[in-house]
Amino acid sequence: MLALFVSLGVVGYAQHEDAHQPAEHAEKHDGGHEEEFDLTNEALAHIANANAIHVFGDVFIPLPAILYAPDHGWTTFLTSKLDAHHHGNGSKAIDHYVIKHGVIHRIADERFPYGEVAIDGFEHGVIEKDGEEKEVAYALADGHKYLLDEKTTLDGGMLGGGTTSYYDFSISKGVVTMFLVLLLAFWLFRAVAKGYERNEGKAPSGVQSLLEPVILFIRDEVAIPFIGKDKYQKYFPYLLSVFFFILGLNLIGQFPLAGNVTGNFSFTMVLAIVTGLYVNSQGNKHYWSHILWMPGVPGILKVLILTPVEILGVFIKPFTLMLRLFANIAAGHIVLVAFVGLIFIFGHSGESMVGAGAGTVMAFLLSMFMMAIELLVAFVQAFVFTLLTASYFGAATEEAH
Amino acid sequence: METIFLSGFSVFRPEPGMIFWALVFFLTFWFMISKFAFKPIANALRTREQSIQDALDEAKKARAEVQNMKSENEKLLAQAAQERAVILREAKEMKEQIVSEAQNKAKEEAQKIIASAKTEIDSQKNAAIAEVRNNVGGLAIEIAEQVLRKQLGSDAEQKSFVQKLVDNAKLN
Repeated sequence: MLALFVSLGVVGYAQHEDAHQPAEHAEKHDGGHEEEFDLTNEALAHIANANAIHVFGDVFIPLPAILYAPDHGWTTFLTSKLDAHHHGNGSKAIDHYVIKHGVIHRIADERFPYGEVAIDGFEHGVIEKDGEEKEVAYALADGHKYLLDEKTTLDGGMLGGGTTSYYDFSISKGVVTMFLVLLLAFWLFRAVAKGYERNEGKAPSGVQSLLEPVILFIRDEVAIPFIGKDKYQKYFPYLLSVFFFILGLNLIGQFPLAGNVTGNFSFTMVLAIVTGLYVNSQGNKHYWSHILWMPGVPGILKVLILTPVEILGVFIKPFTLMLRLFANIAAGHIVLVAFVGLIFIFGHSGESMVGAGAGTVMAFLLSMFMMAIELLVAFVQAFVFTLLTASYFGAATEEAH
Repeated sequence: METIFLSGFSVFRPEPGMIFWALVFFLTFWFMISKFAFKPIANALRTREQSIQDALDEAKKARAEVQNMKSENEKLLAQAAQERAVILREAKEMKEQIVSEAQNKAKEEAQKIIASAKTEIDSQKNAAIAEVRNNVGGLAIEIAEQVLRKQLGSDAEQKSFVQKLVDNAKLN
């Protein structure tokens, strides 16, 4: 978490730099003139999920959009129809849906017509809502400003989201990334499994020998020490699934074009919830008795302190799993984008070529360094998640001694 | 700071769409890869390790057997050496005994032979002495006969001789 806030500090600092720029910064993206480089939004957009994959310039790989608005029903189309170009901003609306910064938004205004409608651009503004200032965006069409809704999120407004006029179930960039990892992993592990059938009783060969040490490491250093020699087999496939799914997504997230999935709260939440449910469903009598009625402790202490703390612990354990993975990966990506963004900052503000060149070299070196760290973090976080999951399984299935 | 966090930081908000798809893909990953890859791999690893363990155990057993045989051989060798030493000692003792017995016997025999030779020699000597005595007697008679013949060749001489004998006999 610390790394996350430090990295946000970096981004926030860049934001302050931008704030000193003149007022035309108030983005009116009509595509014509050169805009200021906004590192904060760039960084946040890079780690965010998107409804189209930005290749370069105005080239986007369209993705299927699956949208649900309670007052209009289901809408599906390919995001190429929204005509995204500069900065991922579209010039068309379909049934109130527009694309801004590669993300689908909905025009909540009932006066706006359904069907395919041309959009002139987007505008940002600030409104007061419940005594708090909130940044909002408008779509510009036939001389009117229409307020844009963001997709519904389940935070109840606590994290700036909340229930809005639509839900987004699209095959987004993150979903495509997960699908790719699933396919890759399936292909890879089938090859390995076939290798074991072919080389039965022989030394491993090829991709088998690449993955076998990893699998053995998870088994001998994680599963067996934490769960025990006689019980680990039941949970071993789950541990391997968690490890390789996270590792695969972490690693693929290092590539340009691929989505940031493990740095997405929704994803780590699912992993944490599934893990939490699975672990607690395996809890034996010993485990539950230690949580609800710890033996050997005076009754009053149990009621007042121990039992509430232990019950909280049941929820805190998966919660920390969720936060740790998310924060590490998201922070890494933000810092990396910030470093890469330095190149553009120097490029834009560079009156002297020497300064811009030196800045670019520095930013390049910093980015390389950060990428190396991120590669390490990709393995470490997958390992830590697996290790803690194994320790929770171990605690849940431990027999009384 | 807060506004940035709230407006742009969309990855921090749980989205129903992403949650749905993440659940679908994670459960699919777990189910498919566990069933078709991780279980066979884990089983294969276990079987292989078992076979390696078996082979190691067998090698250990074989080595122990060889060791056993070796020590047995050594024991046998030591026993043989000991037996040889005993046999040699016994043979030596027996030899000495035989030699001393033979010596004793030879001594006895020699004594006996010497004794019998002595008696033989004594008896031979006595016989020879007796014979010599006899021979000397006969010879003396013969000589006496011849002497007598020669001396008593004439009657006168005979008479004188007889006279002499008679004289001698008288004297005696």
